Amino acid sequence: MIIAEQKPLAEIQEMLAPYRKILVAGCGTCAAFCSAGGPEEVDKLAAALVSADQNKGVGTTSIPRQCAEKFIDRLENKIGDHEAILSMACGNGVQAVATRFPDMPVLPALNTRFIGVEKEPGVWTENCLACGDCILWRTGGVCPVTRCAKSLLNGACGGASDGKCEVSKERPCAWQEIYYALKRLNMLHYLKEKPQIKDWPIHPGRVVREDLRQVEVT
Amino acid sequence: MSFREAIESGKFLVTAELGPGKGTDVAHLLKEAESIKDRVDAINVTDLQSSVMRLGSMAVCHMLTDLGIDPVYQVTCRDRNRLALQSDLLSGWALGVRNILALTGDHPSLGDHPTAKPVFDLDSVSLLQVIGTLNSGSDMSGNELHGKPDFLSGAVVNPGADNEAAMELQIMKMEKKIEAGARFFQTQAVYDLDAFEQFMKRVQGLGAKVLGGIILLKSVGMARFMNKNIAGVFVPEPLIQELKQAEDKARASMDIAVRLVKGMKDLCDGVHIMAMGWESKIPPILDEAGL
Repeated sequence: MIIAEQKPLAEIQEMLAPYRKILVAGCGTCAAFCSAGGPEEVDKLAAALVSADQNKGVGTTSIPRQCAEKFIDRLENKIGDHEAILSMACGNGVQAVATRFPDMPVLPALNTRFIGVEKEPGVWTENCLACGDCILWRTGGVCPVTRCAKSLLNGACGGASDGKCEVSKERPCAWQEIYYALKRLNMLHYLKEKPQIKDWPIHPGRVVREDLRQVEVT
Repeated sequence: MSFREAIESGKFLVTAELGPGKGTDVAHLLKEAESIKDRVDAINVTDLQSSVMRLGSMAVCHMLTDLGIDPVYQVTCRDRNRLALQSDLLSGWALGVRNILALTGDHPSLGDHPTAKPVFDLDSVSLLQVIGTLNSGSDMSGNELHGKPDFLSGAVVNPGADNEAAMELQIMKMEKKIEAGARFFQTQAVYDLDAFEQFMKRVQGLGAKVLGGIILLKSVGMARFMNKNIAGVFVPEPLIQELKQAEDKARASMDIAVRLVKGMKDLCDGVHIMAMGWESKIPPILDEAGL
């Protein structure tokens, strides 16, 4: 899932300064699961905004996903006389809503951090950079592109101490994790393959599936 | 004798290392280089060591060639993508650089511009492979070069890995580096000759020259700092005590270095002395070690 964190209240207030009435819109999927922008957080943020500025009109709503048009449509009748939408979705959701309502300012309440998992309550870690060329089958299910601070493809850099990355003692060395995973799986031979060089994709990405495209019938 | 000729001659190799400073003043650096030029086979010039922004390695390497010194251009993958790396390699060759030490590089977060974008488009292994490609007359995309380099490539290895995974990964990577064209290795600093001997037994026969790394211990504090903060460096407590109890610390540091050089003569193919400003002590160390 996509992991996000709420922005500092001061930054949210700064972006809301020009507007008297705003609609705080939550997202019921990733942002809710990582406790950043679901219905609960919508209520908390709305209360915080009102208590900081009694003159602010703050409406609230949530939809199951802000990255799907069929749900975004549900926002239409909630907009009313609100002057801006404060989206509590990831950056993807903010842009999808902004695209649907081009004449409304759609503002981000969250900082989108990464694709990751909940490690333990209150701790999330990054697992996937969406690099477009998955090599997890050769690395024992541990992604070096994401989990090695240098995204190295040909083994450890030698900077680890006690199994931790040179960047932080909080981070395990991904290559040592890969080593132990491959050893466990009896797949260490993958470490001896010829040098890998990654071809980086051009952003923004675009996936086209011809078999799913609607062909116009003439 | 060039560094390549020295390697091919089979002699016991001696290299040193210079770290350019922050700014354009090179007077002191070149003086240090002059003071050791007749005693070493090559001098490495570091590439923004520890991710601290400094004067560049290529310019200083070029200045060393003017002094008749064969430099080893340290090239890290931290700051340049494959376009810039290949271009800098060609530029280095055009300016007289003949030897490359290919490194992945420290993460920028360790240095003085910690929020810089880390590049790592290539890594030490793929960089070595690319040097081989340039040597063969084309770039990574297969385009022909008009005028090609003929670099001698080397790499680093950390013999002081602190667990099974770290050690096995170091050895596997060393093998990959040799396959990718590394002809010599300069190791991370070694203080425990017994542990180094074990390491050398594991890598003997791989077919590349190994120069044991020696960092001159300038103080007890430095030794303790390295033990705590530098991966794979372990200064044994008796050495720290020797330094602590010595009245003349510099003399004690030199004694330790002399013993390391002597010990390495039987274990590997050379020494790489990182004097960190104490370059003037290298000639007497070599004298006392019988080199």
